[in-house]
Amino acid sequence: MFYREAGDFSTTYAEDQQTFPIKFDRYRYYVVLFIAIVVVPFVINDYWANSLLLPFLIYAIAAIGLNILVGYCGQVSLGTGGFMAVGAYACYKFMTGVDIWWGGELLFRLPEFNIFFSVIMGGVMTALVGVLFGLPSLRIKGFYLAVATLAAQFFLVWLFNRVSWFYNYSASGQINAPERDLFGVLITGPSTEPWATYLFCLFFTIVCAVVARNLTRGASGRKWMAIRDMDIAAEIIGVNPLRAKLTAFAVSSFFVGISGALFFAVYLGAVEVGEAFGITKSFLVLFMIIIGGLGSIFGSFAGAAFLVLLPVVLKVVGVDWLGWPTDIVAHLQLVIVGGLIVMFLILEPHGLAQLWRVAKEKLRLWPFPH
Amino acid sequence: MPEQLAFTIEVFLNGLMAGVLYALVALGFVLIYKASGIFNYAQGVMALFAAMTLVGIQNGQVPFSHLINAIFGTEIHHFGWHVHSVLAIAFTVVVMIILAWAVQRFVFRHLVGQEPIILFMATIGLAYFLEGVADLMWGSEIKALDVCMSEGNCLPQGMNGWIDQTTFDVFGYGFFIDNLDIVASIVAALLVAGLVMFAQYTKQGRAMRAVADDHQAALSVGVSLNFIWILVWSLAGFVALVAGIMWGAKSGVQFSLSLIALKALPVLMLGGFTSIPGAIVGGLIIGVGEKLFEFLIGAPFLGGATENWFAYMLALLFLVFRPQGLFGEKIIERV
Amino acid sequence: MKDQADSYVTDDGRTIGPVVMEMKNITLRFGGVEAIKDISFDIREGEIRAIIGPNGAGKSSMLNVISGFYVPQEGEVWYKGAKRPPMKPFQVAQQGIARTFQNIALFEGMSVLDNVMTGRLTHMESGLLGQSIWKGKAEAEEIANREVAEKIIDFLEIQAIRKTPVARLPYGLKKRVELARALAAEPTILLLDEPMAGMNVEEKEDMSRFVLDVNDEFGTTIALIEHDMGVVMDLSDRVVVMDYGRKIGDGTPDEVRNNQEVIDAYLGVAHD
Repeated sequence: MFYREAGDFSTTYAEDQQTFPIKFDRYRYYVVLFIAIVVVPFVINDYWANSLLLPFLIYAIAAIGLNILVGYCGQVSLGTGGFMAVGAYACYKFMTGVDIWWGGELLFRLPEFNIFFSVIMGGVMTALVGVLFGLPSLRIKGFYLAVATLAAQFFLVWLFNRVSWFYNYSASGQINAPERDLFGVLITGPSTEPWATYLFCLFFTIVCAVVARNLTRGASGRKWMAIRDMDIAAEIIGVNPLRAKLTAFAVSSFFVGISGALFFAVYLGAVEVGEAFGITKSFLVLFMIIIGGLGSIFGSFAGAAFLVLLPVVLKVVGVDWLGWPTDIVAHLQLVIVGGLIVMFLILEPHGLAQLWRVAKEKLRLWPFPH
Repeated sequence: MPEQLAFTIEVFLNGLMAGVLYALVALGFVLIYKASGIFNYAQGVMALFAAMTLVGIQNGQVPFSHLINAIFGTEIHHFGWHVHSVLAIAFTVVVMIILAWAVQRFVFRHLVGQEPIILFMATIGLAYFLEGVADLMWGSEIKALDVCMSEGNCLPQGMNGWIDQTTFDVFGYGFFIDNLDIVASIVAALLVAGLVMFAQYTKQGRAMRAVADDHQAALSVGVSLNFIWILVWSLAGFVALVAGIMWGAKSGVQFSLSLIALKALPVLMLGGFTSIPGAIVGGLIIGVGEKLFEFLIGAPFLGGATENWFAYMLALLFLVFRPQGLFGEKIIERV
Repeated sequence: MKDQADSYVTDDGRTIGPVVMEMKNITLRFGGVEAIKDISFDIREGEIRAIIGPNGAGKSSMLNVISGFYVPQEGEVWYKGAKRPPMKPFQVAQQGIARTFQNIALFEGMSVLDNVMTGRLTHMESGLLGQSIWKGKAEAEEIANREVAEKIIDFLEIQAIRKTPVARLPYGLKKRVELARALAAEPTILLLDEPMAGMNVEEKEDMSRFVLDVNDEFGTTIALIEHDMGVVMDLSDRVVVMDYGRKIGDGTPDEVRNNQEVIDAYLGVAHD
């Protein structure tokens, strides 16, 4: 009734294969895009940008990336935090000009990259590192691989902590994003405008989502899903398992790296690696895609939104309204998140995305029960 | 005996002791994995939970006191009594058994037949849940755990001094080994022996092994899967308690306990997920390996703190060459 | 015996081409167990070749050797007149050998259409970058391959379930979807591992019809393993009989039926 697809026929394969084959979906998508691009920048303020919209957009990219690896290709990774750190540190190095040393002498120094390209380089470097740590995936499967990715997590965090080249030998061991602009508009640094940072992140989020969608509905996506569903059969029908897994690692890490770069440069501004990109971050992003829905781009958004909103809501309700101490609210949050994960896995392993699909089916028939 | 060598040997021995503790946590993983195919990520948090519960009971803390105070504006914290260690341990065991039952009843009973990776992720959720509950119940501040060292006198106090003296007399260099480590090793050995005896010679133990071998077959000869699963979760809870006591006594009961327990994962990757001897040998290798690596290479050349990742890297490299672990069976793939 | 390079015409008027694949003295061991002992046979272009034998005779292992999943300890595989170097299963598939599985190996998380499209993967080669932009070459390729997939879907009469998740289908349809996936690859040789196992008579008839139609319409060479003797004898041009890893007979259905060793070992000794 409210949601209709009747009378909506595809006459070509191109029409049938588009992202939103149903007109109603397509229009809704345009409306959301319109609001996000045209309306929000005029009404946004610091609070909205920093506590909700920026983290949502950035985590959504990370969740899409991890979802490609876990949800589409079936390779569980617990190294997301470490890969985000690679993105952040690569972005930092390219922002400030990469210095190459040989035998104790400065060989040369790359010019400082524009912030836009620094972020991209963050993604590229992470993709390389991701492929490196993805190599064992040909021989290691399931939990073994999940634990092996922990090696990436702990090693990378240690690396960025110990090797001073990565943080430009600063005394604090932190990295701080210097002021950088795009077309004269400040994107990083302390005096940015919320609409500018928002639009910058939004651009990356939209592009990542579109790319992810294109990849997953095409040949690459089928290869990944074939590997996920039955790797032996996939190999026998002609999928090169190493190539398929490594492309999944590369694409996934690219997205995760972009999100790490944005997280550091645009959102936080200053980062201490163990704190910002520790193992808890890996789990946070993993939880987003479990709650949102494995193997669903929409689910990545839904999960990111949910887990960004939850602490904010809990804080407003628990601390501001009820006046509870913050640590109790934080513990309560652990209980709720853990409980939700278990609940979702039991009741709806396909997450919020599946709930949405079911709701659509119900809406289509409403008000008739069948 | 040259200094350097003596130091190295001492580091080696300390590594062995740390390895015993890793092995203890890994043992809990193996128990559950064998019987139910669940890779229990929450094992580390169970150790934390058990240790916190033990301290809480010992000190007569009121459970959930912070939460109660926040909701009702009361000011309660303690019952005002102290419970003797032995009694407190008994109580904690009961709590762990209840926990095992609850986990089975409310979580895994609904997940029977799901893919292993889903079960794994469920245990990650469980880990968060338990950690939150433990913090809410007992508060998240670091607590000192004192079971054996001062009150129980379960070990001659001068033991490490004696070792120091004897080795000094023999080698001309006194080895220092922590009292606690000696206790931990003895307890771990007893625990393993006990578990093996249990598995070999009791009816429940045999049923447990039957389930580990083949669920269907075990069901068909009248073994109650539900009972066995609660049993192994309880056993794993007990092992977690022992591990929690050891770690807790060493470095205080705090959140990092559950992270240290993460190290049990590479131990398992070395030892294979289904092998009890594998868990022990793997634990020792990791314990010794990371201490020696830090001492010989990490601290002098790499800037230290290599213990954070050494275990994982070792396991990763090892797995690339032998995916089934040290003692795991070779996997033959079929279509 | 006819010469390997020659073609000949069968009784029902089909032309059988020269030998396209030849197994030479294949021996496969698992530890101490010899699953296949020194077996040789050939497959001709356009024929339906059956491999039969009791349980544990090594038929599935033979198929796995052909598709590159098992590597034999001894022996050679010749394909299109050249010795096949050691290669991975996916390379074998890329050479034009597709197969189905005894225990259905469909991708349960995907729709029927996507499953059939995975069969086209060996024919798709646009790069990651092209795919992420979608418009242009990648889309054109996607549509061209979709057309082939749709043709197969029509052919096997599974249009109605195209967008259904595979996990929801009944057994018989799953078997058919698996055949569609293999056919979508437009293989030179199609390997069928017990295509009729666990089917009722009606489904078996359907499946036999499809196998014959595939052979007829696309000229696909088919090698199949089957338990059902009746089906095998009716369908196939030539039959290899295996028992305990050895080859005990090879020839037309009639020849095999009258081979004393085959009768003794497989069909049972007649009691007078």
